[in-house]
Amino acid sequence: MRVFLAALLAVLSLPIDAAQAPPAYPAQQRGPGDPVLAARGLTLYTSFCRACHGADMRGGDMGGPNLLRSQLVLGDKNGDAIGPVVRAGRVPAAGGTVMPPMPLPDDDVRALAEYMHSVVFTAQPQGAPPPSAAVALNLLVGNARAGERYFKAECASCHSTTGDLAGIGSRVPNIEQLQNNWVSGRRPAAAAPPGPPGPAVSAQTARSTVRVTVTLAGGEQVTGRLVRMDEFTVSLTTDAGDYRSFTRRGTPRVEAVRVDDPLAGHRALWTKLSNKTMHDVTAYLAGLK
Amino acid sequence: MKRARMSLVQLIGTGLALITLTSATLAQAPAAAPVLAPEALKQPLAGDWTSYSGDYTGQRYSRLTQVTPANVKNLTLAWATRISTDLRGDVATGGEGKGDFPVGQAAMRGTVLEVNGILYATSPDHVWAIDGRDGRELWHFFWKSRGSLHIGNRGAAIWNNSLLFETPDNYLVSIDVRTGKENWHVEIADLDQQYFSTMAPIVVGDQVLVGTGNDLDAPGFLQSFDARTGKRNWIHYTVPMNPGDPGLDTWPSLDAARHGGGQVWVPGVYDPETNLYIFSTGNPTPGYTGISRKGDNLFTCTLMAVNMSTGKMAWYYQTSPHDTHDWDSAQTPVLIDGVIDGKPRKLVSTAARNGYFFTLDRVTGEHIVTAPFGKTINWSKGLRKTGQPEPDPEKSAIVPGSLVSPMEAGVTNWPPPAFNPDLGLFYVAESNSFNILYLTDPDPRGSMGLGGKRWSILGFESNALRAIDYRNGKAVWRREWPQGASMGGGLLTTATGLLFSGDGSGNFVALDAKNGDILWHTRIGSISNAPQTFEIDGRQHVLVGVGDMLYSFAIY
Ligand code: HEC
Ligand code: HEC
Repeated sequence: MRVFLAALLAVLSLPIDAAQAPPAYPAQQRGPGDPVLAARGLTLYTSFCRACHGADMRGGDMGGPNLLRSQLVLGDKNGDAIGPVVRAGRVPAAGGTVMPPMPLPDDDVRALAEYMHSVVFTAQPQGAPPPSAAVALNLLVGNARAGERYFKAECASCHSTTGDLAGIGSRVPNIEQLQNNWVSGRRPAAAAPPGPPGPAVSAQTARSTVRVTVTLAGGEQVTGRLVRMDEFTVSLTTDAGDYRSFTRRGTPRVEAVRVDDPLAGHRALWTKLSNKTMHDVTAYLAGLK
Repeated sequence: MKRARMSLVQLIGTGLALITLTSATLAQAPAAAPVLAPEALKQPLAGDWTSYSGDYTGQRYSRLTQVTPANVKNLTLAWATRISTDLRGDVATGGEGKGDFPVGQAAMRGTVLEVNGILYATSPDHVWAIDGRDGRELWHFFWKSRGSLHIGNRGAAIWNNSLLFETPDNYLVSIDVRTGKENWHVEIADLDQQYFSTMAPIVVGDQVLVGTGNDLDAPGFLQSFDARTGKRNWIHYTVPMNPGDPGLDTWPSLDAARHGGGQVWVPGVYDPETNLYIFSTGNPTPGYTGISRKGDNLFTCTLMAVNMSTGKMAWYYQTSPHDTHDWDSAQTPVLIDGVIDGKPRKLVSTAARNGYFFTLDRVTGEHIVTAPFGKTINWSKGLRKTGQPEPDPEKSAIVPGSLVSPMEAGVTNWPPPAFNPDLGLFYVAESNSFNILYLTDPDPRGSMGLGGKRWSILGFESNALRAIDYRNGKAVWRREWPQGASMGGGLLTTATGLLFSGDGSGNFVALDAKNGDILWHTRIGSISNAPQTFEIDGRQHVLVGVGDMLYSFAIY
């Protein structure tokens, strides 16, 4: 949720915080429970509940709601809240499927509860459900020909499909990775792994190829790789490997600072690209074997 | 007490002996005079910083005038203190846990209160009283946690002699503001249901307002407690909870609505004239998979006014219908007494995380202005007749990837904006970022929480500080930071025409509020706690937090 994001934001601005990630997320608060009891609960769940509430407890075709996010289930202790529902059944106020009363004995209810809590325990951070079997998803939906036309018009000034991007479809077989790479302009080696990345990755990578020229009063020019720059200081490493740093409002006076960011072209793309064009170009590049 | 301090200031000219005498008398103030009477919270922000935003307006506009555009370059460090969670010395404790929960370093990430020269700072499970003259710790309170997410704490509130704060494991705790010893604590949300609490409580009269957070598809709510006893006065759910509740027709089912989120985790503002508390709610859940919650999803991502006597909603305006990006609207709104089309109006403005700025009539909720303040936002198909941005479904997480600006952090976030009534300018940090958003769980039942997606962060197009004309939403000036990578931590403006902000590169900067010219800076690290100002013993201090450090600046 938002708070977590705020934490991400804080990490962004406070590298110091990165080291102290929250030790466990709320789903793990209760511990994994008793595996033997939970195994028995699974058998009961499969015969009595699964048809309506789903194999993964996230709700089923027969109209039972998601029980992983049920506040009643989350708040339950050893079946004290689940038991009464199971025994009395439920008639939804809005109509639809009725949950029939099931007169299960106490130890069955306990086993069911143990199982349900053990599934909650496997939930992921930020309220995400437990990992499920991977579904094959098709990311390759673009029109390669349209992509080729776009490439010739917008990319060919800086890239060549027989030069630097030759065989990129084989080099980066993962479509998601390929798309992330070409839109960002990151080289595969520097590219962030899939999944929530460290926010600084792209900025850092981009920065490393940025060049800067500082012009001092009197005309002297110092050029090199940009290390950092804010309103007050600009720092660079010259091609000879020397670190040079300047106070932008100091003496000698910095007359001008020129930044050459080779990836400026890519940043400009972001504001122009439609999803369709993005998918088209990805399809085209994926075909460059 | 406020008056007492003012007279002390006036006495300065009359002789040292007299001052010493007065201070001694103050130290033994009679029990009848509370540290902070609730009435004092209605004072416009000046000498003391008495609540989350300094005063009820949310403007973060200080009437102190010692520090000016002309002399701000003379600001110098009064003191710097590292706030430590170490349990050294005489630490008062409370809590239902064992005290073995690893809390880590302190993090100043909200508001530090200042009353009569004493500062009150918080971090998850910790509260400190600090002498604002030199930064020395007076007392330290430690809450033994049962667990939960220890993400941040946005600050405390003071009611008479009680300091109130929320804990990650969902207690509202009242401690004696003079000694740091606990008065009482009360559970405000269920830990098993995975709530966690970070909000700075807001005191209005004898009521204390609290909000909570949750990541797992649980309903959001605002609650009022009796500041004296901890007894609950009312609870206001932000999503429909029962058949027939308003807004239910904006959800596919009651089950979806009851799991619809709308958490209340950032303090709002209060209008004593109408007795309305105005605040904004969090995003709908599941966050990224809107498929299971078709509709506008009221009252998530909504600016709303609640009557303080009844806890009932007076009006609402949804600033982000059917959000699918975790862009909550939980930003602190700002009360503005302004002029629209030549007529004086009671207004409220907010710059939402989704990149749009809004001005409404704060008495009726009537919409007046919508304008984008994010430079690169690309997720809306345009404005509805009501002024609400219509989401483009293409810009939700989709399987082959959607190129979206901004990324999850939003164009702005909880770090507070500021408003300068002399200039009519609303200031907000503006972050223009891009990511590619992939749907990884196409299950028609929707995912849960913030699950079901993956993103690839592309980076920032730009980061800037923007000054907005509240009457039309247009930028009057805008300063782009060369390589800023964060939102700067929040803003403060003053009656002398100053604006304080972080620059996202570790500098604390004073700008000319009129035009954004830079007047002063110091590199102390990334600002995590919005700048604040108050007066102690006749001297104006400017306080700012960086992680576990507090820095106080003054002119000598
Ligand atoms: C015939 C379908 C059906 C079967 C079988 C069934 N349920 Fe349900 N269950 C439902 C429906 C429908 C509801 C929601 C009723 C409502 O809307 O109040 C429900 C609700 C519940 C709730 C309450 C959730 C909440 O948040 O309020 C629990 C707990 C529950 N079921 C557990 C079980 C367990 C355990 C079993 C197996 C022993 C089971 N159910 C079998 C259909 C079923
Ligand atoms: C203005 C010049 C410019 C334009 C226009 C441009 N790029 Fe790039 N691109 C770059 C630069 C510079 C890099 C970084 C290369 C490096 O790291 O060595 C890059 C990197 C890349 C990479 C990663 C490099 C690799 O070897 O995998 C890909 C893929 C890519 N661009 C594709 C595109 C596509 C597709 C377009 C058009 C839609 C495009 N670029 C437009 C300059 C440009």
